[in-house]
Amino acid sequence: MAERGVDRVLWLLVPGVVFVVALFAYPVLYGLQLSFQPEEGGGVLANYERFFADPYLRDTIWITLRLAVPAALINVLASIPIAYRMRGRFRGKRLLTTILVVPITLGTVLTAEGLINYLGPVGWFNKILMGIGLTDEPVRLVHNYWGVLFSLIITGFPFAFLLILSYLSGIDPTLEQAAATLGADRRRRFRYITLPLLAPGLAITFCLTFVLAFSVFPSAYLVGLPQGETRVISIAAYESAFRDTDYPLGSAIAMIMAVVMLVVVGLVLLWRSTLYRGATGGKG
Amino acid sequence: MSENFAELRIERVRREFGDHVALAELELTIKGGEFVALLGPSGCGKSTALNCLAGLLPLSGGQILVDGKRIDTLPPERRGFGMVFQNYALFPHMSVHRNVAFGLSMRGIGRAERTRRADEALRLVRLSDHAHKFPAQLSGGQQQRVAIARAIVLEPRLVLMDEPLSNLDAALRLEMRTEIRRLHQSLGLTTVYVTHDQEEALALADRLVVLRDGVVQQVGSPEEVYAHPANRYVAGFMGYRNMIPATVSDVDEEVVTVAAGRSVLHGVNRDGLTAGSAAVVAMRPSDVTVGEGENALRAEVEIVEYHGREQAVQARLPDGTALHVRTGSRLAPGDTVSLTVPADRVLVFAEEHPPGEES
Repeated sequence: MAERGVDRVLWLLVPGVVFVVALFAYPVLYGLQLSFQPEEGGGVLANYERFFADPYLRDTIWITLRLAVPAALINVLASIPIAYRMRGRFRGKRLLTTILVVPITLGTVLTAEGLINYLGPVGWFNKILMGIGLTDEPVRLVHNYWGVLFSLIITGFPFAFLLILSYLSGIDPTLEQAAATLGADRRRRFRYITLPLLAPGLAITFCLTFVLAFSVFPSAYLVGLPQGETRVISIAAYESAFRDTDYPLGSAIAMIMAVVMLVVVGLVLLWRSTLYRGATGGKG
Repeated sequence: MSENFAELRIERVRREFGDHVALAELELTIKGGEFVALLGPSGCGKSTALNCLAGLLPLSGGQILVDGKRIDTLPPERRGFGMVFQNYALFPHMSVHRNVAFGLSMRGIGRAERTRRADEALRLVRLSDHAHKFPAQLSGGQQQRVAIARAIVLEPRLVLMDEPLSNLDAALRLEMRTEIRRLHQSLGLTTVYVTHDQEEALALADRLVVLRDGVVQQVGSPEEVYAHPANRYVAGFMGYRNMIPATVSDVDEEVVTVAAGRSVLHGVNRDGLTAGSAAVVAMRPSDVTVGEGENALRAEVEIVEYHGREQAVQARLPDGTALHVRTGSRLAPGDTVSLTVPADRVLVFAEEHPPGEES
């Protein structure tokens, strides 16, 4: 084996491969074949036809995209300036990073509870708004689209921030210094040096936060309107499988969900493949 | 070709990092067209000085003036200095040509002119054939030349070089050294060059500034610094590898007589020493010859390294002090030899604890 360029250490991969096959490949393939066996008869593709024929099901794709794309974009765009300023070493960096990253540990339910308390009709935010006379009646910020979007930003931002911070620290700071000595001001250093080198990392970060946001489920229930404007695709899949006990339809919806994510990720990675992706000169 | 300034004055420039003084009151005037080398070991403040000049580090005190106008308050992009970085800092996502043209486009120079000048700069560093490659496809020496082309294409009034040759292998280093001197002479660019390599500094510079712990030790032409080091620290840096503790027994104007290694030596009084004071005798290994004569020391040969025409010999004086000698004579470990050194090649400095060292 070793002579043929196969390292015996690769055998250490076996448990991992078994694990992936058992817990990922098998359920996916099982679900895939299940989705082709519709409960109510019809052809092999009957479940898929039903999904796309029924606006109540079909529209969940759009509803979910409408949440996940803005959430991922906002998370990536908001992380760039903050991570950019936090590249260097300064006092209190650890504390600030901790504060920015803590929401990961909160979990969706606690975040939802917090959102309801602060942004709900009798929450502090609305009390203040009404107190200073900006509005007469509470602004609706939970149990609708905005509640879910806020929740996705709160839980998704730390991931985006940490990823982008590590991509940024992988870019050699002397590149910007060199650009400065060549006459580029701060804005143009970012535009021509940092941003192009960071862009591939931004693409990956967008994909990961998009996938996280696209599979939103608990917050769509807790701070959204699960039968209305935040009836996301995972709710449709859940209801088919567990309320209507139509596992094949549930599986079909899960497959559609996966395809939509793959299409978006594929488009982003296609754009990424047009970018420079070599070394960025840093330690990363 | 570039518009030189008459003089650049560095006045009492300080830089502190916390309570560490990296650069203490640097005073230096650089004339237009001059090649100045800042020389010293790592941590001596030479890179700090360069970064302060470039505007990459704010000053803690003092000022920098170009023809009487303060520039230390300007950001780096408005100083008009070119800089060559130790790690080259080429933009990895741009072709060689775009790297070189970057500064031109930042100055809003039109495409045709930009291309012409970038081509010209690449021709100067003999990289015209590689214009469309990316930095990662070039060798270290080629990358270095791109970095130089990128800095000089703007015809800056000052070129700053931060140990540009330290990442190259020995043969390439010599070649690039000649290249840098050639470019300096043909373009007349004022250059400040930072290095820890005394040979490089001596070969390239019109003027040397030797730094230690942020303090200037000596400023002078290569000949001055090489032949007349101002203190024992500069002497050590200029190849006076032998530093032997001694006691002054007699002073006769410039000639001082010392007892060192159980022998009596005559040397040059460099620190105004008086009889009875503790001193250090500095000698270059190549100034010591094997044989009987005046100004002789007895020593036992300990280690012999073969270096072709010469041997590098480490010998030990009777009091146990090591002495380094370069000689053409064949010696073997265990030989007892007489070593002589001309009195004008023996520098006698005061035995003091240099600043920054624990006593």
